[in-house]
Amino acid sequence: MTEEIIIAGFGGQGVLSMGKILAYSGIMQNQEVSWMPSYGPEMRGGTANVAVVISDERISSPVINSYDTAIILNQQSLDKFESTVKPGGLLIYDPNGITHHPTRKDINIYTIEASEEAGKLGLMKTFNMIVLGGFLKLKPLIQPEFIHKGLEKSLPARHHKLIPENEKAIEIGKGLIKAVQVL
Amino acid sequence: MKELRLMKGNEAVAEAAIRAGCDGYFGYPITPQSEIMEYLMAQQPEKTTGMVVLQAESEVAAINMVYGGASCGKRVMTSSSSPGISLKQEGISYIAGAELPCVIVNVVRGGPGLGTIQPSQSDYFQSVKGGGHGDYRLIVLAPASVQEMADFAGLGFDLAFKYRNPVLILSDGVIGQMMEKVELDEFKPRFTKEEIAKNTPWATFGKTDDRERNIITSLDLDSAKQEKHVTHLSEKYKLMEENEVRFEEFQTEDAEYLIVAYGSSARISQKAVDIARAKGIKVGLLRPITLFPFPKKPLAELAKQVKGILSVEMSLGQMVEDVKLAVECKVKVEHFGRYGGIIPTPDEVVAALEQKIIGG
Repeated sequence: MTEEIIIAGFGGQGVLSMGKILAYSGIMQNQEVSWMPSYGPEMRGGTANVAVVISDERISSPVINSYDTAIILNQQSLDKFESTVKPGGLLIYDPNGITHHPTRKDINIYTIEASEEAGKLGLMKTFNMIVLGGFLKLKPLIQPEFIHKGLEKSLPARHHKLIPENEKAIEIGKGLIKAVQVL
Repeated sequence: MKELRLMKGNEAVAEAAIRAGCDGYFGYPITPQSEIMEYLMAQQPEKTTGMVVLQAESEVAAINMVYGGASCGKRVMTSSSSPGISLKQEGISYIAGAELPCVIVNVVRGGPGLGTIQPSQSDYFQSVKGGGHGDYRLIVLAPASVQEMADFAGLGFDLAFKYRNPVLILSDGVIGQMMEKVELDEFKPRFTKEEIAKNTPWATFGKTDDRERNIITSLDLDSAKQEKHVTHLSEKYKLMEENEVRFEEFQTEDAEYLIVAYGSSARISQKAVDIARAKGIKVGLLRPITLFPFPKKPLAELAKQVKGILSVEMSLGQMVEDVKLAVECKVKVEHFGRYGGIIPTPDEVVAALEQKIIGG
């Protein structure tokens, strides 16, 4: 199994840390992982993205140009990455702020109203975990116990008290995912 | 069991340096390697191992602090990215001339000039052909993973002290910024004063009455002596070429074509090999791990077997010259590269192989 994922959105939405938690959880589950962020001028323009690969085998290239899954959190990222999803692949996006919706007919498309729900529940800090929950509902690549271990490893010890809140957000996300187009 | 962590390449080389018993790090920030000093500062090793971490006032100051620390027999290192490494070249030449051990990390970005902050491999010539003035060589290690960023810190110090010569870890923005799984070595203690006196009797660790004073210099106004000194250096470089060549082969056993690539280009090329093999093209990969000494012999051997060689680098074509020298132009050698901060895709590498080597 090899899963190549792009996570993209605004800086501050927790894009890079979502990728890190996913990658660390992969390590805890004894898999090979890579996490390759954008760090260049794009990032300084306010958008952030990270390519995460989780695999049973040694990962060759950490730099990839087509993905099994795209997790998209703003319009710029949707415009940039919709075309990079492999045919038959998965696109998950938060429709908040999206005016031009995806148009491809050869991929599976789901929405997750994560920012609206996070706002309602006052859980803005765990917004990214709601999104991660939606992804894990569709692709349960990592078992919950290893997500727990991944959170323990990713968060500094002084934030470990927040782990249950993060796990709750993942559960909420699992219930929010909605199919738009299923092949 | 060794400790498993998810780390950036930059963080891994910093943590591994502390664990390798490094005595001092001297640096100046520049993207894409600033996490090295950031990480070291956050770890505060001065409170645990006693290692000094210092932000110098400039790159020139940092390399001269390394010169000073190395003169005293200490394990010292610095890091920078391309424009900053250019500033350090005078110091590197002096350190090589004075035969001092140290580790230098270059997390390469696109040039020339200030260039771009995105990854590149366009400092190959600077790294293996000199960079600074004079007849000298650096041992150049090219990591292709976060694990190797960690491993080469310790290996770098070992080789630097074995040969009394600076070691350069030639990384790039991809390897520095990406995170991967890394296994960390146990902590190795720093050298004690007694160990320095025993292991590096040439160092300036404090003169005692029972011996002559040690002098560290790269200057000799007597040309005959200087020629003798440079001859001595050349013998050292020959020994490195005999004993320190490191490389990795991937799917070369039945290869009809060969890709040569180092660092992040080797990772991309490995995927290109998989794609090409799925199309029925028998291609293999040779990844030089040491760029000096360059794996000339294994390349010359493979040249007898393959019909053509593609050298893949994120540059206009620098390592390709060493590939041609190694195979003495007995087989067709072409270059493929992207540059200016653009990273080639595996598909582009396969297309270049088909056009330049198989079709050409």
